[in-house]
Amino acid sequence: MALLDVQNLSVKFRTNDGIVNAVNDVSFSMDPGQTLAIVGESGSGKSQTAFSILGLLAQNGFATGSVEFNGKEILNILTPDLNRVRAAEIAIVFQDPMTSLNPYMRVADQMAEVLVHHKGLSKTAAVKEAVHMLDAVKIPGAKGRAQQYPHEFSGGMRQRVMIAMSLLCRPKLLIADEPTTALDVTVQAQIMSLFSEIQKEFGMGVLLITHDLGVVAGFCEEVLVLYGGRVMEQGPVDPIFETPSHPYTRGLLKAIPRIDKGTKTLDTIPGSPPNMMQPSLGCPFEPRCQFAIEDCAQRLSPLAEFSKGRFRSCNRVSEDIA
Amino acid sequence: MSTSLLKVEDLRVSFSLKSQGDMPWTKSRVLQAVGGVSFELKQGETLGIVGESGCGKSTLARALIRMVKATGRVVWMGDEELLGLSKSQMMKYRSEIQMVFQDPLASLNPRKTVGQIIAEPLRTHNPKLSKDEVVAQVKAMMQKVSLLPNQINRYPHEFSGGQCQRIGIARALIVKPKLIICDEPVSALDVSIQAQVINLLMELQQEMGLSLVFIAHDLSVVKHISNRVMVLYLGKVMEVADRDDLYDNPRHPYTQALISAVPIPDPKIERAKDVILLEGDLPSPLAPPSGCVFRTRCAKAQAICGEIAPELKAPEEKEGTVLALEKESTHRVACHFE
Repeated sequence: MALLDVQNLSVKFRTNDGIVNAVNDVSFSMDPGQTLAIVGESGSGKSQTAFSILGLLAQNGFATGSVEFNGKEILNILTPDLNRVRAAEIAIVFQDPMTSLNPYMRVADQMAEVLVHHKGLSKTAAVKEAVHMLDAVKIPGAKGRAQQYPHEFSGGMRQRVMIAMSLLCRPKLLIADEPTTALDVTVQAQIMSLFSEIQKEFGMGVLLITHDLGVVAGFCEEVLVLYGGRVMEQGPVDPIFETPSHPYTRGLLKAIPRIDKGTKTLDTIPGSPPNMMQPSLGCPFEPRCQFAIEDCAQRLSPLAEFSKGRFRSCNRVSEDIA
Repeated sequence: MSTSLLKVEDLRVSFSLKSQGDMPWTKSRVLQAVGGVSFELKQGETLGIVGESGCGKSTLARALIRMVKATGRVVWMGDEELLGLSKSQMMKYRSEIQMVFQDPLASLNPRKTVGQIIAEPLRTHNPKLSKDEVVAQVKAMMQKVSLLPNQINRYPHEFSGGQCQRIGIARALIVKPKLIICDEPVSALDVSIQAQVINLLMELQQEMGLSLVFIAHDLSVVKHISNRVMVLYLGKVMEVADRDDLYDNPRHPYTQALISAVPIPDPKIERAKDVILLEGDLPSPLAPPSGCVFRTRCAKAQAICGEIAPELKAPEEKEGTVLALEKESTHRVACHFE
């Protein structure tokens, strides 16, 4: 059975200017222990997809569709029921570790809170376990540092605290929303290697939200490419990077300067991202796509499997866009 | 490509910090943001400056155009020392050195139209120009950076991030500068937009014979755009070399770690790659390590590193290294063991 099964998920926001269609009809599933990346640019709906799974949408947002975790529906269920899943079964690590930790609480205390609430541990036992977990994420002098406040940690160390906190209840699924975007590249390397290690050790599934295709290449097995709130392409990492089947994925990979190769000029994707207030009837990428045909503005082919395990949503056949 | 445009010698920037609750007699603490940086930039050349947050790269940029106070020498076109000039004397050079900032929206005045924003440097430096002429020049410049000239009366918030950065570039270019200092010009942009802006900068550089000082934390972007690259750490130059030299044959342990940490968007290469993981965190710039500033995180560190700060010098030729150092090689590295 799939660990996480998302079907036809749509997220909309009511705003003063109208309805924003952040996520449109996204479906995917994850097996236990799998690493799946959701990639996309700002506004592509990748974070809102993750937030809707844990019921973390803003007040004006609402999600439709279905999200099943271990066979149980968790989308739009009552908060007390959802709270039993949160942290205990599905944990999340946010992008900015400073704003997601409580600045008024010692690290040990805010970590212990999770265990006291979910596992019913005593405060002392919980603190002990928290220190143990800080040790596991390689924070030097964990016992002493646990008594410090978040502002006394550096950015990378704070992210380690967030990761330790998310692991406390041994979740089966960890959602990491741009966990290294705010960090320097050498610290990013430390954190990603930590992720690999703890994933092996704890065997949980990891849903990684990122815009960095390099990070995806190093860490993930499966990837989901979002554009304008829709899935453009989905499948195993290796073939997608080697022969991207969607014009957007292809354009994205060519637009990145590579440190291991010299390039004269970068290929660009012309134009700018779509307006989510007025979703197009057809493919959201159509205005910027060099392979677009007349049909594309009117109609979008549904996501379909075109070779084993690989899915794409495009009106052109994959051979045409090579 | 041979005339020296900008020569910087031993540039230092310090900030004195007083914290709340300090007594009047408490000595203020000194933070040295840039600690003795020297480099030379030739006409038409692009110098990339890389380093992690807090390494002083933005402060260095600001010091060059005197947005912060600095000591040392900044020699413009071989004869004029910029740091000693008065405000009015400096005015003459402000049109020759322009800057593009990181945050595309925050660096544009929200209450002015795009036309007014781009025209402002022109009005300042060329007050005699007629109104029509200013508008004509602004429109021509907008076209050049691929903005629609009929959007001249719009406000910055009506544009996307990439377009705002184009406005920033147009504003810098309108006075026909010789040098543009770009402080993280693409780091706030999405990949697809980033490529557009990088290409635009490189095209305009070719067309107008510009020199660029390109500051960024993304080593791949810097590799793409630069002729020479300088690596900073805690305000000190660790290594400086021609682009290919630096990326193919990094000599400083920090440069090596930095380059190895950049993720490559190719799963086969990325998984097989050896990443040099640095231990620990960046030390506080208020209390930098003695000797070599990198020694606390360096795998090669020995006793001497704590005592003597290594000078920036040509690396010694070593057996087994691919690079045969020629006499005129401009590779410089600050490490005792290179």
